[in-house]
Amino acid sequence: MRDVAVVSYAQTPFVRSERARNEVEMLMPVIDEVVEKSGIERRKIGFTCSGSTDYLAGQSFSFVMAVDAVGAWPPICESHVEMDGAWALYEAWVKIQCGEVDSALVFSFGRSSMGETAETMTLQTDPYTLAPLGPDAISMAALQARAGLDRGLWSEREMAEVAVRSRRDALRNPEAQLKGEFDVDEILAEPYLVSPLRKHDCPPVSDGAAAAVIAAADVARQACEKPVWIRGIEHRLDSHQPGSRDLTLSPSTKAAGEAAGASSGRLDIAELHAPFSHQEIILKQALGLSDSVKINPSGGALAANPILTAGLARIGEASRQIVAGNGRRALAHATSGPCLQQNLVCILEGD
Amino acid sequence: MSEESTAVTKLVTPVRVSYTYTPGVATGKFLRGIRRGKIIGQACDSCGRVYVPPRGACPRCASPTSQEVELAHKGTIITFCVVRVPSENIDAELPYCAASILLDGADITLFGLIQECKFDEVRIGMRVEAVWKPESEWEYNLANIVHYRPIEEPDVPYEQIKEYS
Amino acid sequence: MAEHAAVIGIGQTKYDAKRIDVSQFGLIREAATRALEDAELGWKDIDAVVIGKAPDMFEGTMMPELFLAEALGCVGKPMLRVHTAGSVGGSTAIVAASLVQAGIHQRVLTVSYEKQSESNAMWALSIKMPFAPTMVAGAGGFFAPLIRGYIQRSGAPDDTGIRVALKDRLNALKNPYAHLKLPDVDFDMIANSPMLWDPIRYLETCPSSDGACAMVIGDEKQARRAAKPAAWIHATNMKTEPTMFAGRDQVMPRAGLECSAELYKKAGISDPRSEIDCAEIYVPFSWFEAMWMENLHFAPLNEGWKMTYEGATALGGDLPVNMSGGVLSSNAIGASGMIRFAEAAMQVRGQAGEHQVDGARRSLGHAYGGGSQYFSMWIVGDQPLA
Repeated sequence: MRDVAVVSYAQTPFVRSERARNEVEMLMPVIDEVVEKSGIERRKIGFTCSGSTDYLAGQSFSFVMAVDAVGAWPPICESHVEMDGAWALYEAWVKIQCGEVDSALVFSFGRSSMGETAETMTLQTDPYTLAPLGPDAISMAALQARAGLDRGLWSEREMAEVAVRSRRDALRNPEAQLKGEFDVDEILAEPYLVSPLRKHDCPPVSDGAAAAVIAAADVARQACEKPVWIRGIEHRLDSHQPGSRDLTLSPSTKAAGEAAGASSGRLDIAELHAPFSHQEIILKQALGLSDSVKINPSGGALAANPILTAGLARIGEASRQIVAGNGRRALAHATSGPCLQQNLVCILEGD
Repeated sequence: MSEESTAVTKLVTPVRVSYTYTPGVATGKFLRGIRRGKIIGQACDSCGRVYVPPRGACPRCASPTSQEVELAHKGTIITFCVVRVPSENIDAELPYCAASILLDGADITLFGLIQECKFDEVRIGMRVEAVWKPESEWEYNLANIVHYRPIEEPDVPYEQIKEYS
Repeated sequence: MAEHAAVIGIGQTKYDAKRIDVSQFGLIREAATRALEDAELGWKDIDAVVIGKAPDMFEGTMMPELFLAEALGCVGKPMLRVHTAGSVGGSTAIVAASLVQAGIHQRVLTVSYEKQSESNAMWALSIKMPFAPTMVAGAGGFFAPLIRGYIQRSGAPDDTGIRVALKDRLNALKNPYAHLKLPDVDFDMIANSPMLWDPIRYLETCPSSDGACAMVIGDEKQARRAAKPAAWIHATNMKTEPTMFAGRDQVMPRAGLECSAELYKKAGISDPRSEIDCAEIYVPFSWFEAMWMENLHFAPLNEGWKMTYEGATALGGDLPVNMSGGVLSSNAIGASGMIRFAEAAMQVRGQAGEHQVDGARRSLGHAYGGGSQYFSMWIVGDQPLA
C-alpha cells in the first residue's frame, strides 16, 4: 500500500440555511481554498471525486452542476458517489493505491434546508415493507435509543451529557452551527420530540460544503509541511431491516475499526459521526474507545449535520486537530443510512 | 386462480417531498432583470466570456462571473429540434420547435421556443428576437419571454457560429 | 504498480419494459446470481460490492443500495455506490476493477440496475422548476439539437441514423437478453416510424427498460484458476467536462476525445481501428454511432457516418459495433454502461453466442452520460496486457 496523506481541508461554515448561494456558489470558494492550501497546482491534481444526493437538491443529476465549481477544463478524471464525501475520499484513496494518480480532490455538498430532510430520509428505507409505513429519520433513531434505554445500556442523562458536551466544544469551532452552554438538568426537563429523543438529542438541519486534498507520500511531503497520514481506511455495511439486527450494537463500525487498525496504537482524538446523542455511545463502545480519547472536539454532528458532508467533515476536523498539535493519532468515522447502517473508519496520524 | 397463487405485482406508495428552491446569487440578479424586461448576463472574471442565464461560475475557468452585461433581445439559432412527443411537465403545446439561441453579446446559448413561422423554415443561422409577455404579467421567471420569432435579417454564416454548437 | 484484474463472471437479466415479476431485490439477484454462477463462486467468496445506478428519483427511492444490502450479499462487507449520470454502469465497473488493481480485494462483485417501471423516469428528468419554463423534453429533447449540429457540420446523409438503427435492431434479434426485438424490422419500418424529436424517429431511439447487469472482477490468481476464460482488463479511463460553458463543443466533446486517446495509450494501442476487434458503445439515439466513431478516433472528424454507410460497423464488418443490439435495444439506464462493458468482455471470452465476433481478442466498452460530458471506457483482451 502507498502512504497517502490528507494535505488540506476546507469547508463552508455549516449553517441552518444557505438561502442566498446555490451549490456552485457555495462550493467554489471552498475548492479554491482547499487547492490553494494543498500546495498542489490545480491542473496537477490527478483525480476528483464527490459525494452528494439528488434528494437534497430535489432534482436528478444534481451533482452534475457541481462540476462547474471544480475547473473541469481541460477535462478531468472524475467520479461521484451517491454517498457521504467520506466514501468519495475512500474511492480517491483507492485510485491513488492503483498508482494511476498521485493526488486527488474530494468534496461533498448539500443544502438540507431546501427540503424536509427527516421525512425525505424515509425514502432510504425498503420501498416494499418499510417506506409505506413512513418511518422518518428521527423515528428510526428513536427506536434505536429506546432499545438501549430499555436494556439499561445508557440513560437519558448520559444522552443529554453527550449533547451538552458537544455543543460546549462547538463554542471553539467557528464553523459549527449549534453551540452554547446548556445544563443537563434543564434540558432533561424539556418535553420529548419523538420519545425518547428530545430536541437536544437530535442534530440540527445544516447546509454546507467541505473539501479535502489527499496525496501520495512523495507529493504530500513536497507540497505540505504537516501531512496527516491515512494509516487505515475501511468501511462496512450492516443489515437494513431494523428488525433483523440488534440496534444497540454497530458490528459494521467494529469491523471497520478493527480492519483500519483502530486498536493498534494509542488514540488521542476521535471524530465520530453520531447524528443522535445515543449513537455516540454505541460507536464509542463498538470502537472500544477509552475515556482518555477526546471525542468530537469539533462539536460533532450534534453541532452541525450537513447530510452527506458531515462524514467527510469528521475526517477534515480530525486532521485539523493533528495539524494544530492537539493530538498525534486520531480516528475519524462516517455513517450513512438509518440507525448507523453503514460505517467508515479512518485512522489518521501526524508525523 | 386462488389468492394464494396470485403474485403481488404492484403496490402503490404515494411519495410527497417538497422543496424550497432558491436561485443563487448570480441567477437571482438575472431574474431581477427579467422581472424588469431586461436580459442581464454576467462576464467571467478571468476570461470575460458572457453567460446567460448566469449560474455563478464560468465552468471553463472555475471563476466567478461578477460583471453584469445587458444583452440584446435578438440572437441567432445555433441548433434546434422539433418535439412531437408528449413529456411530463413540459410547458409548451405539441408539436413545438425548441432551439439553442445565441443572444447577441452572449457566449453561451439558451433554450427557447421558435414560433410565428413554419417549422420547415427554421434553420441553423436564422436570426430571431424575443417576444415578451405583456409587462403586467412579468415575474421572476424566464418564461416572461414566451417565445422567439424570425426577424428580417440575413442568416449568420455557419462558419461564424460553429464554435457555439 | 497496479495488479492485473479480469472479468471472471458475467450475468444479465432479461431486459423488459416492466419486470413486474421481480422486485428491485429480485432484479439485482437475477443478474448477480448469474454472474457468480458464471464465475463458479458463491456469495461468501465476494470481498466487496460496488453498485451503480442512475438518478434515485427514477425509482422514487433514496440511496437504494442501503435497503439492497442483504440482496447484494454485502452485509458485513464494504459496499460502494457510484453515480456518474449515464456513464455510471461503466464507472461502476471501473471502480470495482480499481479495488482489485490496487491489491485491496481479490474478488469484487459489481452490479448496476434500473427499474424505471417503479416510478416515472420522464418526470424525474424534467422536474418542473421555478424561475424558468421546462422545455427540454427528456433526453431526446436535449440530444436532438446536438444531432442536428452533427449533420450540419459533417454533411452526413439523412438516412445515416436509420441505417444504424436497422443494424442494431437486427443484432438485437441474436441477443436473448435484449428488450426490444422487431423480427420484421427493415429500413422502411424505421424510416416510416414517427418523428419524436426531429431529427430523431421513434425507432431510432432507445426504449425504457428494467434490468440489471453484474460482473465478478478477480485478480490474476482468480482469473488463472477460473474454469472459463477471463476477460483481462487492459486499461480503464474516465473523463468529465462541465455541461455548459462558452465555446464548448457539445457535438464532439473534448472529454471523449481525450478519454479514448489516453485509454488507447494505456492499452498500448496506436491504431484503434485496426487493433480493436469490436466495440460496444453507448448509442441511445442512432446518430450517436457516427458521432462516437469520430470521438473514439476510429474515423476522421466528420467521417464517422461513412463507417456505418460502408457496413464497417455491422457484425461482419471490420469493426463491429454494438453486437448486442446496443442501448437502442435495451436501456436499463443505470445498467446501460455496464451492459456495454460486459458485452465487450463477453466477446473476448467467446461467450457472445449468436452475436459473437469471430476471433475477437481485444474489445472496447464505452459509456457516456450527462450532456455528453461524462465518459467511461475500458479495453479488455483475451490475454493479460504484457
